[in-house]
Amino acid sequence: MSNAFLAHLGRAYVGLILFFLYAPILVMAAMSFNASEFYQLPFSFTTDWYAKLAGNREILSAAWRSVWIAVIVTAIATSLGTAASIALFRYDFPGKRVLQVLLFPPIAIPWLITGTAMLIFFFGIGLGRGTPAVILGHVALALPYVIVVVSARLTSFDRTLEEAARSLGASPWQITRAVTVPWILPGIIAGGLFAFAVSFDQFVVSYFLSEPGDSTLPVLIYTSIRKGFTPEINAISTIIIAVSMGIMLLAARYSNFGGER
Amino acid sequence: MATTIAGQDRLRAVTLLSPAYLWLTVAVFLPLSAMAFFSFLSDVPFGGRDWHVTLDNYRAFFETTTYATLLWKSLKLGLIVTAVSVIVGFPCAWVLAKVVKGRSREALFLLVILPFWSNSLVRIFSWAIVLRGNGVLDRAVNAVLPWDVKLNLMFSPTAIVIGLVHSYLPYVILTSYLALQAIDDSLIEAARSLGAKRRTILWRLILPLSAPGIIAGAVLIFVPVVGSFMEPRLLGGRLGTYYGTVIEDQFVAVFNWPLGAALSFILLAVVLAILAAASPILKRART
Repeated sequence: MSNAFLAHLGRAYVGLILFFLYAPILVMAAMSFNASEFYQLPFSFTTDWYAKLAGNREILSAAWRSVWIAVIVTAIATSLGTAASIALFRYDFPGKRVLQVLLFPPIAIPWLITGTAMLIFFFGIGLGRGTPAVILGHVALALPYVIVVVSARLTSFDRTLEEAARSLGASPWQITRAVTVPWILPGIIAGGLFAFAVSFDQFVVSYFLSEPGDSTLPVLIYTSIRKGFTPEINAISTIIIAVSMGIMLLAARYSNFGGER
Repeated sequence: MATTIAGQDRLRAVTLLSPAYLWLTVAVFLPLSAMAFFSFLSDVPFGGRDWHVTLDNYRAFFETTTYATLLWKSLKLGLIVTAVSVIVGFPCAWVLAKVVKGRSREALFLLVILPFWSNSLVRIFSWAIVLRGNGVLDRAVNAVLPWDVKLNLMFSPTAIVIGLVHSYLPYVILTSYLALQAIDDSLIEAARSLGAKRRTILWRLILPLSAPGIIAGAVLIFVPVVGSFMEPRLLGGRLGTYYGTVIEDQFVAVFNWPLGAALSFILLAVVLAILAAASPILKRART
């Protein structure tokens, strides 16, 4: 077999993988424009399901809740995470390795375990279920991602810039604001977008922490699917996937994730 | 003088670090400790209920075979999904890292990774639409093949595996891609010019050098799959009872939180054992 033939075969294989990854999503999107309630073919185009969606208060309020929870989570996780990243980058102290290792449990432990543990603890301290509990949990899940992304950006930061600013008499706060933060801003934006995605797409932890009737969008979708499919759920799911892919495309622009640097 | 500056620096470091780590403590580390404590209780210690410390929850796991069987079933599911993902994903990573060049590589790589960062629940739901009886896949297959086929994939273990591979495949492609990119092309050239066959190059050169990346991806897939519950529920139907779904039931249906805590804690122990065993390799994969 010639190398050129193998190269074509390889490209075809990647195409097949992309088909596997995207085909079901495209089918779902197509079905949200199909008139049949039971996904029957032949396909006949309609926007009825989107019109119905626009009148479905339950779904809309869950969607709205998901968005503003994600905005709050992004704000908190990005500011706390950036502060921690700068400290981890700037200072050397005993126990620094431990602090870095401690970022991995929230990422590596299955969300089922983290979510049920949060439920137990939040009930134990009297917080219980509900939106505050959801925000508390989401921020914890998003923080490690922000710190990892911002820290990655900091590794390309020239320390001598901070030293130069310091020798010119700038205070640490001035250095941070005028030198460090502008340099790592793309990292902060990317980290913020990751945080938004972690919260907006989060299902498992929200599922255990949200109050019935007061749930986020993914939780509402899960309970609706278990009751039976409806094209309205297709419609909102199509919107969600478009939103989260859009956010990640933006994040990819601001971070070096994917591709060559 | 030097000591006061160090002291100031320490104060600044603590000020910058403590909000993030306090948050993690309250929302992750204390809850995990609380779960450990709960797993030794006879009933929930609030609402004025009677409770005492007991080993009953762990006894339930070890005395009946029910939970151990389900844990084994989940571990097997994890192994299958991981194996399929590695076998399917590694060649794809190879093509992306070594065959495709330039801007199209960047674009293809992003396309492969993108679904991973989109909503996993929605992606599983989309498979439910594709796989359902007389659904899109059934029709597509029957349109191509001359004879009548009933696939009946929905609500089967196969459906669960397909959905989970779809969810986690990008992980192993990402980690393998990073490992493969680090292999110098001239090494492969050298082996080739010395007369090594393709198969020899693959087994003696490429696989050993990219092993840390493959294993990192495998661990990143295996761990969440063992703890999965939403995917088996939605794609497995009545056959979708796994260790994760039993834990879910303890918290949302049966309300036996102490038993749920014990089951979660056993799962955590298994997960930590796997992560610990893989940690030297994971460390190498990161550098």
